[in-house]
Amino acid sequence: MGKKVLMQGNEACVMGAIAAGMRFFAGYPITPSTEIAEISAQELPKVGGRFLQMEDEISGAAAAIGASVAGVKAMTATSGPGFSLKQEHIGYAAEAEIPVVVVDVQRVGPSTGLPTSPAQGDLMQARWGTHGDHPAIVISPATVKETYLEAIRCFNLAEKYRTPVIFLMDEMVGHLREGIEIPEADEIEVIDRTVNKNLTDEQAYSIPEGKYAPEMAPFGEGLHYNISGLFHDETGFPRGTAQSYEKFMNRLLDKVEKNRDDIEKWEEKFMDDAEIAVVSFGGAARSAEEAVIEARKQGIKAGLFRPITVWPFPEKALEAVAKKVKRFLVVENNAGQMVIEVKAHAGNVPVDFLGRFNGSVVDPDEVLAKLKEEA
Amino acid sequence: MASELINNTMRLRNLPHIWCPGCGNGILMRDVAQAITNLGLDRDKVVIVSGIGCSSRAAGYMNYNTLHTTHGRAIAFATGIKMAKPELTVIVITGDGDSSAIGGNHLIHAARRNIDLTVVVFNNNIYGMTGGQFSPTTPTGSLATTAPYGSIDRTFDLPTLAMGAGATYAARGSAYHVPQTTKLIQDGIAHKGFALIDCMAVCPTYYGRKNKKGDAVKMMTWQKENVVMKAKADTMTAEELQGKAVIGCFRNEENVPEYTAEYTKLIERLKA
Ligand SMILES: Cc1ncc(C[n+]2csc(CCOP(=O)(O)OP(=O)(O)O)c2C)c(N)n1
Ligand code: SF4
Ligand SMILES: [Mg+2]
Repeated sequence: MGKKVLMQGNEACVMGAIAAGMRFFAGYPITPSTEIAEISAQELPKVGGRFLQMEDEISGAAAAIGASVAGVKAMTATSGPGFSLKQEHIGYAAEAEIPVVVVDVQRVGPSTGLPTSPAQGDLMQARWGTHGDHPAIVISPATVKETYLEAIRCFNLAEKYRTPVIFLMDEMVGHLREGIEIPEADEIEVIDRTVNKNLTDEQAYSIPEGKYAPEMAPFGEGLHYNISGLFHDETGFPRGTAQSYEKFMNRLLDKVEKNRDDIEKWEEKFMDDAEIAVVSFGGAARSAEEAVIEARKQGIKAGLFRPITVWPFPEKALEAVAKKVKRFLVVENNAGQMVIEVKAHAGNVPVDFLGRFNGSVVDPDEVLAKLKEEA
Repeated sequence: MASELINNTMRLRNLPHIWCPGCGNGILMRDVAQAITNLGLDRDKVVIVSGIGCSSRAAGYMNYNTLHTTHGRAIAFATGIKMAKPELTVIVITGDGDSSAIGGNHLIHAARRNIDLTVVVFNNNIYGMTGGQFSPTTPTGSLATTAPYGSIDRTFDLPTLAMGAGATYAARGSAYHVPQTTKLIQDGIAHKGFALIDCMAVCPTYYGRKNKKGDAVKMMTWQKENVVMKAKADTMTAEELQGKAVIGCFRNEENVPEYTAEYTKLIERLKA
């Protein structure tokens, strides 16, 4: 392990991204994500990277995708209203298969909402925000250290599957300062997109046997192909039949569906003999974990199930938990979003919900009280 | 048989194009290809970015690195490409609606930054792709499907708009005037900074038909008879210019700092 530093969540996001190879950032300021733009502006030129303050969030996403098309690992970051504006381009990157990382440091909505208090109300938007069916990889960190490490994983997954990855942070973690040890370069895994130099112009979007993503070189390296948000054939040109479109869509969805083992990630704590599983993610999981620890002290057999990859939802793992526990308690900083997914996979196990969506963080005492009620 | 130019610059497998008979887009696309060819640019390093619209379909036919993006955002994507890899020549092909309605914000900010992009607008004074709604360049009083009683909207003059926002190169060409327009596009590409070339297209299918402008030949003949070269226009009175359209270069200012070059300097400075 490298040096120990005190770091803010938003800073950890940038430093992790740079460690993963990010050399381009474009965005528009909005609290509580602004430090991500500020720190990118400060750090990127030092490593030969480039920062762009764009005229809005739409162009921030567009510019990041453009940089990625040119072969440079790119990120954009925003919050609430800005995340709504980015949705069209998240779909574009999914359809055109361009790696990009989109950070949303959640705040209370809808609209300008309660600026800039913590919330987790964008969980469903991160999955379904852009129009049409599409694959989604969404990762939500709970600590500053995890923010650093998961930012790296966001880039790795984006490059590997050539798809947008959403880093779903929240104000609690984004503005939290914690001590972390920065890993050495040789302690982290960095994945770059696979490029097949032997492809002809006509084969740019061809998919190798057994793989899920195309392997064409970036722009400027001698391959002349078309990229489009329209349904396209192997050359990237809009052309095809209903059957070929269905095949294309299935492959896009399979990038995630068939690779769940590689993409899903969750943490279980005190789950071995747990009777009540508390399900929580991101910043809210900090309160949930504290409540679980306190409950254990008081003799309540509680455990924590914390999705880190929130989409695809780790449903098989949750189904396994459902076979062991008597109840679920879902704790979120919203009016009930992950609870929908938990109910879908809990079988006959009752699912309770504790939500806060008034701009304050869920309090560990509230969670504890709820656990006592149920025990 | 395709000409040598078409063979060398177009993806023949993707032709014929989707444009209506008589559409001006084909001529303008050819002008862009001719301009790139005249400059002797390395095909590997040329990127064509387009938005959404009839005009933006040009990218898919052209045999370069081509990015067909979302409606209005081509300039924003192009900004990211140019910033990430300044050695690439980045040309945007866009429509009047794409560049100045939904994409107007990106247009003015790219002009303000003076980033080295060349924006070629295929300006048919209408939303072609969606079937003939009025655009910011539809002349006031014109008929459109969303202006059934005549448009009351005032219009943008695109070169003036771009210059107001800081563009260091601004010009207008027309579909009829092939050599002149090719040269204007060529100079725009060669220019180190933001360049906009507003190209008068013709859309006989929607703008022409709705406004009784006649068929494609008639619309092109109008350009032939009513377009005035800037040098000549400079000698004419406002009265004489009534009902005419002026083509030529309105601004070509060199030696204004170019955005990506300035950023490269910043990187060098931090290294030192
Ligand atoms: C976000 C969004 N809004 C609206 C549309 C529908 N749309 C497609 S092309 C177009 C207008 C195109 O007009 P213009 O840019 O002038 O191009 P032309 O077709 O005339 O060449 C519109 C409104 C869209 N595709 N995306
Ligand atoms: S609708 Fe108009 S602009 Fe579009 S292809 Fe037809 S003639 Fe050209
Ligand atoms: Mg138009």
